Amino acid sequence: MKIDLTDTTASKINKALVKGRRAIGTPAVGMVLTLVIVTDEENAYDALKAANDASREHPSRTLVVIRRVSRSPRDRTKSRLDAEVRVGADAGTGETVVLRLYGEVADHAQSVVLPLLLPDAPVVVWWPVDAPLDPANDPLGALAQRRVTDTYAAEQPVRELSARADTYAPGDTDLSWTRITPWRSMLAAALDQVVCEVKGVEVEGEEFNPSCELLAMWLADRLDVPVRRSLSSGPGLTAVRLDTDHGSIALDRADGTVATLSIEGQPDRAVALKRRDTAELIAEELRRLDPDDTYASALRFGVDRLHAQSTALRERGTGELTATPGESAAATKERAAGKAPVPAPPPGKKAAK
Amino acid sequence: MSSSNPLRDPADRRLPRIAGPSGLVIFGVTGDLSRKKLMPAVYDLANRGLLPPGFSLVGFARREWQHEDFAAEVHDAVKEHARTPFREEVWQQLIQGMRFVQGTFDDDDAFERLRGTIEELDKAQGTGGNFAFYLSVPPRSFPVVIQQLKKHGLADQTRGSWRRAVIEKPFGHDLKSAEELNKVVHEVFAPDQVFRIDHYLGKETVQNILALRFANTMFEPIWNRSFVDHVQITMAEDIGIGGRAGYYDGIGAARDVIQNHLLQLMALTAMEEPASFDADALAAEKTKVLGAVRLPKDLGKDTVRGQYAEGWQGGEKVIGYLQEDGIDPKSKTDTYAAIKVGVDNRRWAGVPFYLRAGKRLGRRVTEIAVVFQRAPHSPFDTTATEELGQNAIVIRVQPDEGVTVRFGSKVPGTSMEIRDVSMDFAYGESFTESSPEAYERLILDVLLGDSNLFPRTEEVELSWKILDPIEHHWDKHGKPAQYPAGTWGPVEADEMLERDGRSWRRP
Repeated sequence: MKIDLTDTTASKINKALVKGRRAIGTPAVGMVLTLVIVTDEENAYDALKAANDASREHPSRTLVVIRRVSRSPRDRTKSRLDAEVRVGADAGTGETVVLRLYGEVADHAQSVVLPLLLPDAPVVVWWPVDAPLDPANDPLGALAQRRVTDTYAAEQPVRELSARADTYAPGDTDLSWTRITPWRSMLAAALDQVVCEVKGVEVEGEEFNPSCELLAMWLADRLDVPVRRSLSSGPGLTAVRLDTDHGSIALDRADGTVATLSIEGQPDRAVALKRRDTAELIAEELRRLDPDDTYASALRFGVDRLHAQSTALRERGTGELTATPGESAAATKERAAGKAPVPAPPPGKKAAK
Repeated sequence: MSSSNPLRDPADRRLPRIAGPSGLVIFGVTGDLSRKKLMPAVYDLANRGLLPPGFSLVGFARREWQHEDFAAEVHDAVKEHARTPFREEVWQQLIQGMRFVQGTFDDDDAFERLRGTIEELDKAQGTGGNFAFYLSVPPRSFPVVIQQLKKHGLADQTRGSWRRAVIEKPFGHDLKSAEELNKVVHEVFAPDQVFRIDHYLGKETVQNILALRFANTMFEPIWNRSFVDHVQITMAEDIGIGGRAGYYDGIGAARDVIQNHLLQLMALTAMEEPASFDADALAAEKTKVLGAVRLPKDLGKDTVRGQYAEGWQGGEKVIGYLQEDGIDPKSKTDTYAAIKVGVDNRRWAGVPFYLRAGKRLGRRVTEIAVVFQRAPHSPFDTTATEELGQNAIVIRVQPDEGVTVRFGSKVPGTSMEIRDVSMDFAYGESFTESSPEAYERLILDVLLGDSNLFPRTEEVELSWKILDPIEHHWDKHGKPAQYPAGTWGPVEADEMLERDGRSWRRP
């Protein structure tokens, strides 16, 4: 059922939630978290739909915070809160409140959200678009244990990744990182099968796709070898090649659905690596609410450092992935110092800007 | 393996446990279990990305099938029964490793072909010689299949690869036959490579018993004789024996269900805290508590068996057990069994555990109810607490998985009146709607070699030691009481609890 409230307050919304639940006869609440979606009107529908689908796995109270654009000075000074309360079949398996903020209150969204959080349950904030530069210090982000951004949707994804690294706080995570879980698990499985030493890596994917950078940085961070990021026309990530002392291991996905895993000395195998939709990503994201340290350390590897490495590798000739021992040692030293090397001009135009 | 893999990191908890290169060979692949549970579980695992690339599935059965027919059969089974949505790309991944071997269990050529298939898969799919043999076959075929595997070198582990055997209940029909079966199996497969499937242990709710008891502080302090009055463990089915007359007659509810599922549930409910959550520590505690189980002195009084008679079940008229197809009208097989046992240790001395299982009961339900003693003193007068029952914690194993806590609460109004209310935790409400199926978890554990959730030889044998004297007594004395189908069992069972001043819960 749906209850529309205009020019309302958080306490009236709370009353409406209780009333709605009573009316459909399920006063018990088994919801496990509050999901706050901060978005604009344009993206609200898709985001809410994804959240509702994900709520089948994680029953939650979903609060959609929509900041309405004020078009005149008069509008800007007048502040108003409208709410749409949905319980039962209209709200997946949980409850949904769509909050529309007009005028001044739009800058104080946390005052509306705070009273509506479920008691004692974790809070997740998700910005499908236009995430703040410093999510942990954003007034809404500060309420949450988990802050989900999506650099893929950003105007300058790769640059945004650097910003994320600068402001990273435990609990931050990004859907571009979530997107590569199947790749990461398949690559880990491949290395389970062959005992070998990896000497070089190439990650190939479309431009402006931060997932490729994250995967490359994760590999560089874990394997401690030079990683080359190269471009293709997509869709998304298209290939990862590992150069090892036992020959090459390649995971190739040309069509965005089925990939081929080739390990030297073993037959090629098809593996399903479908690009997942947002609902699945959010469901995965909500499965664990503790800080993702692996993400943090991949992110902190640094886009600039990755691109510098990549360029260096390219200038030395395309075929050769393996670094000379000296270079590898230098990389390790820089890493120990926790600093990115002095950047050679990064190859990606975006990153250079 | 994982320690040498630089991409694996225990802190990286997004990465799932993926089984290493391996394949699964199913004997009796045309059977119901295989179609409804095993094949869908394999697909669901693949769909969740938990199977290794190149995972292979080999079917072995008498039917004259080609690989394609087999694949088509799996396809249909998956479409109909899988838990997760069907995805073409996942299917394409699976189908490459599907093979079918036609033959009977005594056919040497067929087993040679099976060996050839496995070798071919090692080359084509990179399964690395790691195969699990799932014996979804009638118990009488166990020895012959196991022997054939040995004879054709299929059970030999070479160069760091593994071969595992997965067997289904029944694990024998009494202690002697169980020991024989164990001997036959262990002659060919090492004990730690034998996985006995008790699908109840793969259920989320059953694993949650351990979480509930040992991860919380509020339950364990009262989980003992000072507070618990008694424990009831129920497994009720609403169906009859269906087409399983051949298997069921002569086995009965106690052997079919109490010996494995119910005693395992009881062990998990009653055991002490294991030192860790690994397989050995768990098995040690379960074995200890099963070894401490004490049978009642008078088996005639404290055990009841029954047979369903004609009756109405949920609006349908159904026939009695003795009228079922293929059942001897003079059969003494129990379709209902209720027993009372004690546990001889400090924690449980004097607390009875009532176990009951049956077919054609009121509804399908499995639950563990820990019923607490009444408050030693009540400041309220008797009229106020007239409607107050005993506090209880009920673990609902299936369906509607969850936990209910029952306690008294004041009825709103001017007079003091206290009535039972229940507080409910439902899995479906708080967690994923689609918890993995038990078989998914168990098959994955077999491939990973993780034996936490599989009963061991000692547990199976101890369970038979508990049940054998009861079956023996039943053989000698009387015959099963009749109960109308669709009810909660024979009156004798109610009387059994009444004598103790208790009553069965209506689950």
